[in-house]
Formats: sequence, structure tokens, C-alpha cells
Amino acid sequence: MATTDTATGTTPSSAPRSPLAGAVRMADYWATVYRRTWKGSVISSFVTPLLYIVAMGVFLGGFIQDDPAKLEGATSYLAFVAPGMLAAQAMTVVFGEVTYPVMSMIKWQRTFYGMIASPLNIADVVLAHLGFVLFRVGTVCAVFTLVMAPFGVFESWWGVLLSFPVQLLIGLAFAAPLYAITAAMRSESGFSLIFRLGMIPLFLFSGAFFPISNLGPVMEWLARLTPLWHGVDLTRMLVLGTVDWSTAAIHVVYLVTCAVVGYLLAVRTLEKRLID
Amino acid sequence: MTDAAEPMIRAVDLRKSFVSKQGTVEAVKGISVEVRRGESFGFLGPNGAGKSSTMRMVAAVSPITSGELRILGMDPAKDGPGIRARIGVCPQEDTLDTELNVADNLYVYGRYFGLPRADVRTRVEELLEFVQLTEKAKAKVEDLSGGMKRRLTIARSLINRPDMLLLDEPTTGLDPQARHVVWDRLFRLKQQGVTIVLTTHYMDEAEQLCDRLVVMDKGLIVAEGSPLELIRAWSTREVAELRFGVGEHEALAAKVADLAERVEVLPDRLLLYTSDGEETLAKVHERGLAPAVSLVRRSTLEDVFLRLTGRTLVD
Ligand SMILES: Nc1ncnc2c1ncn2[C@@H]1O[C@H](COP(=O)(O)OP(=O)(O)OP(=O)(O)O)[C@@H](O)[C@H]1O
Ligand SMILES: [Mg+2]
Repeated sequence: MATTDTATGTTPSSAPRSPLAGAVRMADYWATVYRRTWKGSVISSFVTPLLYIVAMGVFLGGFIQDDPAKLEGATSYLAFVAPGMLAAQAMTVVFGEVTYPVMSMIKWQRTFYGMIASPLNIADVVLAHLGFVLFRVGTVCAVFTLVMAPFGVFESWWGVLLSFPVQLLIGLAFAAPLYAITAAMRSESGFSLIFRLGMIPLFLFSGAFFPISNLGPVMEWLARLTPLWHGVDLTRMLVLGTVDWSTAAIHVVYLVTCAVVGYLLAVRTLEKRLID
Repeated sequence: MTDAAEPMIRAVDLRKSFVSKQGTVEAVKGISVEVRRGESFGFLGPNGAGKSSTMRMVAAVSPITSGELRILGMDPAKDGPGIRARIGVCPQEDTLDTELNVADNLYVYGRYFGLPRADVRTRVEELLEFVQLTEKAKAKVEDLSGGMKRRLTIARSLINRPDMLLLDEPTTGLDPQARHVVWDRLFRLKQQGVTIVLTTHYMDEAEQLCDRLVVMDKGLIVAEGSPLELIRAWSTREVAELRFGVGEHEALAAKVADLAERVEVLPDRLLLYTSDGEETLAKVHERGLAPAVSLVRRSTLEDVFLRLTGRTLVD
């Protein structure tokens, strides 16, 4: 029976009280999407980073015998590169999730329009999607950390525990602004630019693989401006147990700012684009 | 909650303009309508009449430019989510998630309305049954035919047991058989007392489904009433259609003008508006005119539209 008599309905449908309450309503949607897609992302999410670690950390790192002072306090290159790769991996997952899938929702499949025809608002939908991205970042980083543990590269167990929410923060600091950028893009042709001129240089030059002091003063200064460097530095000081709390606070504030400003921009950009 | 006296939709001098780099398009130029509870109401009009623009404002997804609009007694500018919680929307273009299967599309959508999981699950089964897609529950949306997708969208719009159902061109692009299936389902909903608001450019659809309708053209309402009232007011009981050779119609119109209340010249035929079509046809033959094809039919909303705008509905 398709009756509309609200009296016969059990719980009447309602508007969510807050973006968070709205986002929670989308949990089943993202769970369904994940059940359908997780197999396809296993290799890129879990296997590739491990190949990197083995190749660069173990085999390449075997050649690098440097003074721990030059490796920011790490006792081996592997210990130096592992937290860097962890943070860089958090970022890479985000770039995969917040480019093509977002454009599909607003342009190709137009599912975004269906979502906001329900009681949900754009702010709710974006928040839910960011939540899913964090779930992806979280699973990838957790696996990565577990696999790294036997290599003896972590100096501080509580630092390792703290580094997990930091990876989520790094993810959010990239996901939210990137959401805003994708929301403003008319076609997917810009994505290759974002990957080549955005993600790859960040990946290579934000201190994940070598200390940014090697870059020379100008480039080092530039590297310090990137969110990934803040994430890498924060992660590294946590897992190596070399935390300088005031620097750590600056990193956190920087990353939180990226996340909040990015989210607000993403919502505004989408409101302009989808509501006319 | 709305009180019983409050109409489902009340629009007064409602306008919608789209501003872009190319300039401003006035899609809706001041329309006033009231839709009452339990009624099925139609917006009939050709491409670009402003039907979808109106429907999107009513669905609380597109802000109004000026005028007044109340939906279920609420202001869409303030209570958008509250309104959307209580209506069902079937947009002109499907927004189904083509990568999810049929049942999941319904299930996840139900959750957006804040309905408990168990309720949504039973509802999904009922609705699949209702739109005859139970066998397709596990099929991917990609693999459905156009008519099935449309039925799924209709099912999705019913997931929250809406007080009012908005359907923007529910059957455009479907083959006749698929259209009849959709009509049948909508007719059942109408019988259950669901308030239905639909747009269409098919006059037969409007005649079948609408208690009352407005004819829209170029952003304005040009007539309003029940299908029968509109036909009575703007057309004759019958129409004699005459087909002559290509290019002859204009010249022949003058020769038969006095035989009917009104004559319309279309590129491929003459329409003679009259109370008794057979009699008119006989007189045409008496004058020695021999149309290649002739037929007599009842007036439809198509004729009303032609009379009001000088154009045919579907071009
Ligand atoms: N988002 C938009 N931006 C700019 N112009 C628009 C927009 N939506 C509609 N229009 C314009 O407004 C006018 C009315 O369009 P609308 O879609 O409301 O008509 P319609 O009656 O639904 O037509 P159709 O039968 O083709 O669906 C058209 O001229 C259309 O080009
Ligand atoms: Mg339309």
C-alpha cells in the first residue's frame, strides 16, 4: 500500500536538526557504496603503500646511513620515511575520493540533486561525504601503521596512537578544500592538472622522503606553507617521540583551519552551483 | 502541522528569473495557483513554458524570485527541509544512483528522511511491489529500461509517505505501453487520496490524470479549470479534420470558413471546430471538396491549447 496518510506511517519523516544529524542519515548510503567498491580499492589503498615502504624504506634506505641529527631525530632512514609515507598516504587517499566521485555526484550521475531534494541540505551531504573520506583514510592508515609496527620504526606507542587522529586531520585538511575546488570545476580535464601539479609535488617535496632543509632556503620556506609538511612533521614528531608541543599546536591549528575554511567554501560553492 | 483549510500549494504572483552571463531569462512571469488537499493538479504546457521552474520552486529546491509561495502552509525559504520531508519529488531528469541496485536506491533514500531502518525495509518491499519492480530488486539501475527507471523514481518519491507528490513529466520519453503502466499507478495513488501535482506536455495525460489544471505558455497561465471546463470554454464539442494536398490548406480554409465556428490551419491539415462534425463534413463534400483524409473527433486539450496560443503542444 502506498498510502500517504501520515497517521498510518510509523515514524513520520522529518528535517534533520543539524548538519551532523543530517550526515548521520547518509551513513547507510556510504556503507552501501563501500560494500560495492572496497574490493576495487584494496590494491591501491593497502598494497601500494606497502610496496613503497619496502622499496624506499628498506631497500633504498639501506644505502642511506646518515647522522640522526640530519634525519630529524630518526635512527634510520626507514624510521624517518615511515611517518612521512603515512601522512602522504592519508593525502593520496583523499585525492582519489574527492575528485572524480564528487564530479560524478554533481555532474555525471547528478545524485547530489536527488540527495538535496530530500530533507537534507548541501551542508549535510558534504559533511557525510567528508565523513566517508575520513573512514577511508582511517582504514588505510590503520593498516599501514599495523604493518609498519614489526619493523621497529616507532619509538613512542602513545605517539603512534595519537598519530591516528592526526591522519584523519590531515585527510580533512585536504578533503575539504579539494571538495570546494572540485565543486567549482566544470569539467574533469582539470583533474590531471590537480594530480600532476598538486598532489605529486606535494607528495615528493613536503618532507616525507627527505628533510626539507635539503631544499634550500626558498624552497624550504615554500614547503613549510604546504598542509602536507605540517602533517608530515606532526606525524613524525609523534611516532619518533620527539614532540615539541608548541610546534605541534601550530601544525594542528593550521590543519584545522584548512579543514574548516575548506568545508565552508565547499558548501558555499555547491549552494551557488546546485541551487538556482 | 497544516490545518485542513490551508491549501497544499498557494502561489500568488510567483516569478522566477535566471540570471547568467548571457542575460536574464524570465522563466515564470507571475502565476497564481492554489492546489487543495487530495486534488490532482496539472501544469500543461509546451517546452520552455516554465513548468519545471515552477515545480522546482514548489519542491523547495529553487528559491523564488518574487511573489508569494506557501507549501503545506510553510515558507520554502525558511522551512525548505521541513517541506521536503513531507513531499515526494519525481524530477524531470532521473537522479537515481545508477551504480546501486534498485532496492538499495530506495533504501538509502528512505534513510535521508530520518525513517528507522526497519520501517524503510518494509516500505521498500511495498513500493517495489507497487511499481512492479520486485523481480528487479537486485538489478543495477544501469540495466533498467527507461520506463522501469521512471517507475523506480516514482517509488523513491513515495518512500516517505508524502502528503503531496510532485511529478515533472512522469512519462516523457516512454513508449505507449510504459506510459500506461505509469498512468495506472498514478491513478491508484489518486484514488488513495494522494495530492498529485504533475507537469506534462501530453494533453491525454492531463485529461486522464488531472482534476484541475492550468495551461502554461511562456511563463504565464493562459487558462485554468477542469479538462472538461477548459474544453467547453475554449473549444467546440467536435472537430472535423481535413487533409488536402501539401500547400493547399491555406487557400481552402476560406472556402469552408462559414461551415464551422472556427477554422485552424495547420501545415498538414485543416481543423473545423463545430458542434456536429459529421454534418460539417457532409457539407464540405457537398461543396465538391474532396480531402485526401478526413475524420471527426471530440475536442481535446490540444485544441484548447491551439486556440489559446496559436501553436500545437508537442512540436
Ligand atoms: N537553470 C536555468 N538557468 C537558466 N535558464 C533556465 C534554467 N532553467 C530553466 N531555464 C529557462 O527557463 C525557461 C523555462 O524553462 P523550464 O525548464 O521551466 O520549462 P518547462 O516548461 O519545464 O519546459 P520542458 O517541457 O522543456 O521541460 C526556458 O527558457 C529555460 O531555458
Ligand atoms: Mg521541464
